Amino acid sequence: MASPQMTGAEIVVQALVDQGVDVIFGYPGGAVLPIYDALFKTDKIRHILVRHEQAAAHAAEGYARSTGKPGVFLVTSGPGATNAVTGLADALLDSIPIICLSGQVASHLIGSDAFQEADTVGITRPCTKHNWLVKRPEDLSRIMHEAFYVAKNGRPGPVVVDLPKDIQFAEAPYRGPENIAHKTYVPKLKGDLKAITQVAEMIGKAERPILYTGGGVINSGPAASQLLRELARSTGFPVTSTLMGLGAFPASDKQWLGMLGMHGTVEANYAMHDCDLMICVGARFDDRVTGRIDKFSPGSTKVHIDIDPSSINKTVHVDVPIVGDVAHVLEDLLRVWKAKGRQANKQALARWWQQIDEWRHVKCLEYKPYQDRIRPQQAIQHLYKAVKDKDIYISTEVGQHQMWAAQHFHFEDPNRWMTSGGLGTMGYGFPAAIGAQVAHPKALCIDIAGDASILMNMQEMSTAVQHDLPVKVFILNNGYMGMVRQWQELLHGGRYSHSYTEALPDFVKLAEAYGGKGLRATHPDELDDKIAEMIETPGPVLFDCVVVTEENCYPMIPSGAAHNEMLFGTEKEAHEVSEEGKILV
Amino acid sequence: MSIMKEEIQERHCLAALVDNEAGVLARVIGLFSGRGYNIESLTVAEVDHEGHTSRITIVTTGTPMIIEQIKAQLGRLVPVHKVVDLTVEHDSIEREMALVKVVGTGEKRVESLRLSEAFRARVIDTTHSSFIFELTGAPSKIDAFVNLMRPLGLVEVSRTGVVAIGRGASDM
Ligand SMILES: Cc1ncc(C[n+]2csc(CCOP(=O)(O)OP(=O)(O)O)c2C)c(N)n1
Ligand SMILES: [Mg+2]
Repeated sequence: MASPQMTGAEIVVQALVDQGVDVIFGYPGGAVLPIYDALFKTDKIRHILVRHEQAAAHAAEGYARSTGKPGVFLVTSGPGATNAVTGLADALLDSIPIICLSGQVASHLIGSDAFQEADTVGITRPCTKHNWLVKRPEDLSRIMHEAFYVAKNGRPGPVVVDLPKDIQFAEAPYRGPENIAHKTYVPKLKGDLKAITQVAEMIGKAERPILYTGGGVINSGPAASQLLRELARSTGFPVTSTLMGLGAFPASDKQWLGMLGMHGTVEANYAMHDCDLMICVGARFDDRVTGRIDKFSPGSTKVHIDIDPSSINKTVHVDVPIVGDVAHVLEDLLRVWKAKGRQANKQALARWWQQIDEWRHVKCLEYKPYQDRIRPQQAIQHLYKAVKDKDIYISTEVGQHQMWAAQHFHFEDPNRWMTSGGLGTMGYGFPAAIGAQVAHPKALCIDIAGDASILMNMQEMSTAVQHDLPVKVFILNNGYMGMVRQWQELLHGGRYSHSYTEALPDFVKLAEAYGGKGLRATHPDELDDKIAEMIETPGPVLFDCVVVTEENCYPMIPSGAAHNEMLFGTEKEAHEVSEEGKILV
Repeated sequence: MSIMKEEIQERHCLAALVDNEAGVLARVIGLFSGRGYNIESLTVAEVDHEGHTSRITIVTTGTPMIIEQIKAQLGRLVPVHKVVDLTVEHDSIEREMALVKVVGTGEKRVESLRLSEAFRARVIDTTHSSFIFELTGAPSKIDAFVNLMRPLGLVEVSRTGVVAIGRGASDM
């Protein structure tokens, strides 16, 4: 059967269609005009015009995170591609499958400093999982399908396909995605059964166990979250999660300890410190999680389930590494555990839970509301109560508000929570919420934002209005780069060097200027009504929630400290950050 | 347990079989520089023209944990077929070639020629006042030869870097 001849631009579009893509985010320019022309001629792909290429990347991430499918975006050469770099780096650190199609100057001009030429594959090589510069039209369809394969399989991540303009015009045969077996990249899905059996035995003996879960559970797919729940139920083990893994295990479950790490709960962090068996499922011992590494969970036997061999023994030595996909490994583990008669050490576990309950009694997230001013935790709690039974997708920007959202907003299901964990990218949340909204037009998509972060991609209000995307931006406006100020208090004697956001815009007027709706709450009594109004508004809303300025985010493990050296923000707490701690971020 | 700063540094020779595609060397080198790993030597050449594969030989140093990281990081690069640690997984042979230019006359010139014979170096170019020696051997042998030539008029050295292969009948 002869393959049909198509232009490069048509091949790109056909490959997208064959990969099941029905929407892409993008921004046009000279080097991608042939592809835009091909898009003009098809009704199979919807194009969401963003206002900045960084936002296209984050929107693709939000789309991917909320659907489990890869997100696709299209940018022009030179500045279009360089603007996308932050989004690519973000997706790399958080293992989000996105595909960036970038225009490039014509092949014969490459290397000549042509107009809008940038070495896109060179620039993006360290911030992608893989990238390709297409050199021959006959390679194009293979590379397009390979790009999807690489982005989705193994540990997911961002890829770039750089498309010189002559390639977009040239004709070549098109090949579909069938039978594309990859020569070199074949990640291992099944874990080693001997190791899995060993873990099943350890589970039976453990006295103080913990399941430390992460974003890998979510990336592995909905089955993995179900299997995790089953494992927790049948073992009776407590469960904690990283920032990236929230939602894989239901927050309403009594075995849930809350998030762990720098701003995690007392019960989660103390349990991590004191446990005798730690089963890490799809998490990577990130420095936000471990705190001081030589004091990290000193007495535990550590099991690590991860699809990426390079995550194992990277920072923390583990006793039982299992390379494989979370769902596959948990399935086998459950089978072996059941076959062994699922005998957990009930007595020891009861004592362990007693200890955990004592830690829970500290009520580390509790706060007292004020009469006349809104506390940020309170704002999140009210928002949570108002929307929790709806079909919701929540994203955040980066800062204190992000941590308060992680602490006080509770998730029951995977794929509902989108936040920039690894890179910590201010400006991520709004476009990510837009991406989620595009994927779930009827859902309630909310970006929990900070007053500083939101300004980093504020222009996307225009995107939301143009495409009828009723995204809600809930700004915890403390007038500060709160997280920066908190660190300046902790490490730099309260010298607030440039962390006060002077000359903030009037967010209500700003929303209106874009053609959206603006709302403001300044008093606790008006919070619920205004939140209800936000939810009922059919279009995009900027909600300016004016909160107390001086609030800090606790509990906190300061840099260079261990899990059992948490700060609670009480007056009497005199804390000196160690010299080694100060150099850490 | 964490990475101890005092942990001993080990020297390892790694071989990676890679797809001979554009940018693959940049990926490998970028991985080392980006993550702060050491490269003592790196060599690369196509080894299978039909199969489009090249072999990269890297000599690196690091703690055992870092060496494991390097192998895992190399292994997950998309165009990498296989990574083998020739220092631990095989009894292996390392070889390097050097071209060494020595300029001088009289006693020193005679001495350099005499020493080159002891090292089984070949003279591949000569003038009345210079020799170029070609020498193959383990890196330590080349070091030794170069050091001996230093007082005898050494002016230039060009080394290939290490290539290595496992002993015996099995392939990598
Ligand atoms: C792009 C980017 N630049 C700088 C930072 C460093 N940073 C981390 S949090 C923060 C302040 C965020 O302020 P805001 O959005 O108002 O959130 P708040 O902490 O006040 O809730 C800054 C500047 C970052 N994370 N991302
Ligand atoms: Mg702020």
